[in-house]
Amino acid sequence: MNAPAYNFAYLDEQTKRMIRRAILKAIAIPGYQVPFASREMPMPYGWGTGGVQVTAAILGPQDVLKVIDQGSDDTTNAISIRKFFGKTAGVATTTSTTDATVIQTRHRIPEAPLHAGQVLVYQVPIPEPLRFLEPRETETRRMHALAEYGLMHVKLYEDIARFGHIATSYAYPVKVNARYVMDPSPTPKFDNPKMDNCPALQLFGAGREKRIYAIPPHTDVVSLDFEDHPFTRYRFNAPCALCGAGDSYLDEIVTDDKGGRMFVCSDTDYCESRRLAGHRGSESAAPHKERAHG
Amino acid sequence: MAEPQDPMQDDQPLLVAENVGKNYGRLTACRDVSFALYPGEVLAVVGESGSGKSTLLQLLSAQLAPSAGRVSYRMRDGVLRDLAGLGEAERRFLFRTDWGYVHQDAAQGLRMAVSAGANVGERLMAVGWNHYGRIRDTASSWLERVEIDTARIDDAPRTYSGGMRQRLQIARNLVTEPRLVFMDEPTGGLDVSVQARLLDLMRNLVSELGLAAIVVTHDLAVARLLSHRVMVMKGGLVIETGLTDQVLDDPREPYTQLLVSSILPA
Repeated sequence: MNAPAYNFAYLDEQTKRMIRRAILKAIAIPGYQVPFASREMPMPYGWGTGGVQVTAAILGPQDVLKVIDQGSDDTTNAISIRKFFGKTAGVATTTSTTDATVIQTRHRIPEAPLHAGQVLVYQVPIPEPLRFLEPRETETRRMHALAEYGLMHVKLYEDIARFGHIATSYAYPVKVNARYVMDPSPTPKFDNPKMDNCPALQLFGAGREKRIYAIPPHTDVVSLDFEDHPFTRYRFNAPCALCGAGDSYLDEIVTDDKGGRMFVCSDTDYCESRRLAGHRGSESAAPHKERAHG
Repeated sequence: MAEPQDPMQDDQPLLVAENVGKNYGRLTACRDVSFALYPGEVLAVVGESGSGKSTLLQLLSAQLAPSAGRVSYRMRDGVLRDLAGLGEAERRFLFRTDWGYVHQDAAQGLRMAVSAGANVGERLMAVGWNHYGRIRDTASSWLERVEIDTARIDDAPRTYSGGMRQRLQIARNLVTEPRLVFMDEPTGGLDVSVQARLLDLMRNLVSELGLAAIVVTHDLAVARLLSHRVMVMKGGLVIETGLTDQVLDDPREPYTQLLVSSILPA
């Protein structure tokens, strides 16, 4: 028996065709959640089954794949998905943001600017931004259809009433192309401005919830806010301890049980390329003072 | 508070029902209901359980489609339009701006998990208010008007008493200054002293704002206190209609006489 065990990139061609149709529809209606017949993948829900299906559907033999999990190329989730496609599609893989043509991500947008021709695939756990305020799916679909988004501001109002500022720090709702309100998957709101007018194509896949949505290149993406409480990015007020970057999103690494912690770039590729270029941080794990809101 | 209405406009009915009826299969919930409601007028619909009054309220507020007849509403631009002909978007817009709907069970009309301020502010945000400070000021002035301590603006309504919830529901509905409010047994399930306070508040608000209202109730005391006109329903039919005092003091129909005489003497 000479038949290969798997089709190219694991999924059969009919499934890929179905997913591509959903992707095309999603691109045609930016921010709209397109239902699709999500398949079972050889990994549990919550590990990126949606993102993997989207990647499998768009991957070609010439593509160069990068997979990140929380910005990092070397966590279990990133490595296993990269290996999965290395094995089932035989495509080249990379950790470099600029060299990759397809980047599958969980929770981050790379620091290095994306360029035209690249595709960023997000793994999405909960695609419905209105879910926690309006649990009825029939009702939220109607609200999307009629562009009734007052409820989204109720959530932000609650934040300010309770904490004095908009405390939502990830999955921060955005309005795409002045029409659909969209959940940008649990990326930190630090990354929201990178979605706006991005030259790369952004695709979102939610496997468990069976939804695909998209932001085509150069689309307006606006974070929701109030006139007197405008959207702000949030970043720890410290440079990266390894590469000294003052503009990247930082992870907090606990180094001992005496309060020592280090802030380092969450984007490992960005941090490594900066260090290769000779940038150095303090490498200090002394306790930092966090910036207070106000 | 409200400007005196333009008398020319007062001549025109706000809501017109023509031979409205609803069947559920072979069961007739109500039929042949016709009336016109004028701006600033409060109409009470009374009758016992199963007389079709709640169905009628749902027909009038476009939540149900009538099996027969039609309901028309005069929009803000002065044009009388058939509710059945409105698109869903228009109907929902009407519902959160020009209309209010006070449910018997406040939990149905409120978002129990978000704060009172956000409950009142939701309609404002839905029509595009985008300034937190102004939304909050408006919400707190409305809480004052319905006699809720403004210190509780950030508490969720699930921590409120039954009477407070009902008053919050009224504030939430009136914040966009609707012209017509539907009330379904607004005092049901409240104890007598709370009922009295709520009725007093509603009467003041209705006259201050020049609201038109349709109040469904089985409690004749509510009808007497709030309404100008009364419609008595039995078995899905309107059997008697007239000025409130006239109907309640001098009922003509035997059934209305029975209803009136069944009030326990105070």
